Amino acid sequence: MLKQTEGSHAVAEAVALCRPEVICAYPITPQTHIVEGLGELVKSGQLQNCEYINVESEFAALSVAIGASAAGARAYTATSSQGLLFMAEAVYNASGLGLPIVMTLGNRAIGAPINIWNDHSDAMALRDAGWIQLFAETNQEAVDLHIQAFRLAEILSCPVMVCVDGFILTHAVERIDVPEQAEVDAFLPAYEPIQVLDPKDPVSIGAMVGPEAFMEVRYLEHHKQMRALDLIPELAAEFKAMFGRESGGLVRPYRLEDAETVVVAMGSVNGTIKDVIDDRRAEGDKVGALSICSFRPFPLEEVRAHLLGVRRIVVLEKSLAVGLGGVLASHVRMALRGRAQLVYTLIAGLGGRPILKKSLSAFLSKVETEPHADVHFLDLKNDVVERELVRASQQRRSGPTAENVLKHIGSPMAGLV
Amino acid sequence: MNIVKFYQKGTYTVGNRLVSEAERTTQSSPERTNSITCGHRACQGCGEALGARYAIDSAMKATDNQLIAVNATGCLEVFTTPYPETSWQIPWIHSLFGNAAAVATGVAAAQRVRGHANVRVIAQGGDGGTTDIGFGCLSGMFERNDDVLYICYDNQAYMNTGVQRSSATPPTARTATTPSLGPEPGNVFGTGKNVPLIAMAHNIPYVATAAVADLRDLEAKVTKAMSIHGARYIHILVPCPLGWGSAAHDTVRVARLAVESGIFPLFEAEHGVVTHSTAIRRRVPVDDYLLPQRRFAHLFKNGKPVDGRVARLQAMADENIRRYNLLRDEESDR
Amino acid sequence: MMFQARFHGRGGQGVVTAAEMLSVAAFLEGKHAQAFPSFGSERMGAPVVSFCRISEREIRLREPVLDPDVLIIQDATLLHSVDLFSGLKADGRVLINSPREASHLGIDEVIEKLPKGHVLTVPASELALKHIRRPLPNAVMLGGLAAIGGVVKIDSVIAAIRQAFPGAIGDANVAAATEAFEVVSAEQKEAVAC
Repeated sequence: MLKQTEGSHAVAEAVALCRPEVICAYPITPQTHIVEGLGELVKSGQLQNCEYINVESEFAALSVAIGASAAGARAYTATSSQGLLFMAEAVYNASGLGLPIVMTLGNRAIGAPINIWNDHSDAMALRDAGWIQLFAETNQEAVDLHIQAFRLAEILSCPVMVCVDGFILTHAVERIDVPEQAEVDAFLPAYEPIQVLDPKDPVSIGAMVGPEAFMEVRYLEHHKQMRALDLIPELAAEFKAMFGRESGGLVRPYRLEDAETVVVAMGSVNGTIKDVIDDRRAEGDKVGALSICSFRPFPLEEVRAHLLGVRRIVVLEKSLAVGLGGVLASHVRMALRGRAQLVYTLIAGLGGRPILKKSLSAFLSKVETEPHADVHFLDLKNDVVERELVRASQQRRSGPTAENVLKHIGSPMAGLV
Repeated sequence: MNIVKFYQKGTYTVGNRLVSEAERTTQSSPERTNSITCGHRACQGCGEALGARYAIDSAMKATDNQLIAVNATGCLEVFTTPYPETSWQIPWIHSLFGNAAAVATGVAAAQRVRGHANVRVIAQGGDGGTTDIGFGCLSGMFERNDDVLYICYDNQAYMNTGVQRSSATPPTARTATTPSLGPEPGNVFGTGKNVPLIAMAHNIPYVATAAVADLRDLEAKVTKAMSIHGARYIHILVPCPLGWGSAAHDTVRVARLAVESGIFPLFEAEHGVVTHSTAIRRRVPVDDYLLPQRRFAHLFKNGKPVDGRVARLQAMADENIRRYNLLRDEESDR
Repeated sequence: MMFQARFHGRGGQGVVTAAEMLSVAAFLEGKHAQAFPSFGSERMGAPVVSFCRISEREIRLREPVLDPDVLIIQDATLLHSVDLFSGLKADGRVLINSPREASHLGIDEVIEKLPKGHVLTVPASELALKHIRRPLPNAVMLGGLAAIGGVVKIDSVIAAIRQAFPGAIGDANVAAATEAFEVVSAEQKEAVAC
């Protein structure tokens, strides 16, 4: 049903349509509205045959989901930021055990300094934890990806993380088509586990594995993700056939024909990027965009194919690999191995810094002059950085950096509007 | 229960043949399930292997074999499952060191939602996985009153990693991280936490302590725990010959001395109130418990205490005896 | 064409809900709309900003509203503490919650820059107290907004209010919003007549 609703609420409805049997809830901004919405659906009886468990930490949230999933229940949880890091050990465990848990990640920065706003640092921190990571571009896609995620997770017996930009999507009220129960039931069959704790047929799950077998077990985990490279587009196509809209898939090209410059990015910022592309195309600039929906598995071949013949690639990413630059950019470079294409890393939107059309457009103009620098920071307040560097160089006890920077900047409202 | 005062020669235990068939141990029955089969890799004289075997077989009997076990990382997990051999004859999962209670919550929730209400869940861990790293998840499981029996096999240190101190390590005990050096050798006084009492503070339906000295008592407590729904906790003292520096053949004896000295009181509590304690039959001084263990060797010279620390440990035992009324005429219990 | 509104108020005044209700009103008219908060502090009394975009086409843009067509100021005490008017379009409109006329609010500089009658006030808190018995100005302000600029119709606003507040509270909010619509309509006529 088409409705004007909050992204989080729509995601909660979509998850409920997937008939989860165990939901673990622990609050962290900006994921809270999702688990609150699910709590309401369970308490009101709209979502039946579901155990909704208020746990004491994110570590417990995913651990309860692990137990539930291993015992044959369809399990779901949601988190953000510090919460994902707090459950990090269980994140690896869930994938290592091959449990098809689905988790929403309301993407948010990681402290210190503490920051509740959106970026992709959390997802990037656990990119190699063995989970499939899908990034939603819109709230419609966030809804649709959850439905696909359960199916994908259960076919492969591999956990899936659906990454939804915190606040920008989770708290946005938009027009969203929330599917009907019968449609979802037709797309997503009941969970049939490949392994289950059952007194009738006892198995040991989670035994110690030594050097003689560990490599093979790990390789098979990798193999699942390689299979996912085929499965993700198949499921997206099946989804389109059934629901009538494009959602998911590995990558999504936008106006790549004859493009000399292509912006590569993940998540909701692709909306802003598309507006910039349209504006610049209208002025005759040959630009396009490539949205990455599946970050894990990373679609090296598809990225390589779509960027064929492109002169320069701007990888806009909402996370910073401190001491290196960009995570996504290094992935794109791997996809382009052996080719002489210019790849620029554009770090943007850290800690919720708005990514503005005009700033992005200005950067695209600048990049056409082919600057030498590889890593750029969009709308970095260089004057503030300089002032703090000078101040810190003048005294040993210069104090906490974050507080000093805040003093240089002044009113916090200045950054909001 | 029929009180038998005949002590078997040398061991002070009561043999099965002296009690009625109904009161005999699960282990004495040919019907026992052998939930953990032999061939596992526990050390000689492992108290945890003994305790787990008795506990799980009793839980199996009590649930008509409808049992799933969750295990924290630790000795029990490691010695029972070098891949692909497993000693577990029941459905068993190991996830992490600190999350056994939460995983068990999830398993129990799955049973409810999938209509398998008869399938019961136990979680188990060592003292490190219970009183330290798994404490948050344990408290959460208790607080929600999830339908899980959590069993802590307490050998009073991180034995799996090579005998390091935990919050269950007693004062003065030597471990790899509390060496018997300096002015306060071993673990210091005034530290540690009493998880059975903390469990009681959650007002859960059932809390008990047990030791591998009295296996019939251990089995009875597990059986009782499985007759109750909601969060339950049993804390079992399981001596570790390697970590304690005791002889492998002394495991049961050392556990008994811990009980009979008052160092480790045996009791049961329901909804936060102590309902029963096991009276000490033949009280011994703490010296008798400490002397067979090399981890306490620095407390003695030629069998005599070198300073007042043994007296402080005795005072702790005396306090337990007073608190749980452990010295009383057993006839008065009837 | 994309219409953009920015709401300013304080935590507890329903600033975020106001933007959401406006988006629902637009949705009910078959338009695309996007409402989102400024994601700031949620503490009671702290300055809060929310945004709403309305368009005939899908809205892809995810930046905050930098150049609003309309500013809805739910708390006049913010007028001189925060740069509320930043980016306001040259022919933009401002609706302020105040029982006083705009010319008495010390914002002559803003009034002069904008076309005549583009800065209006509505006693939303007073109307809320009268009808809802709580000083909740958000739905009331939307009634006023429906009177200016032809953004959304008052009927759509009323339907959106009823969606957000069912039952008696909804009725009271609708009554307050309807009165605000009338007050602002009259003000506009007056401004044009002068």
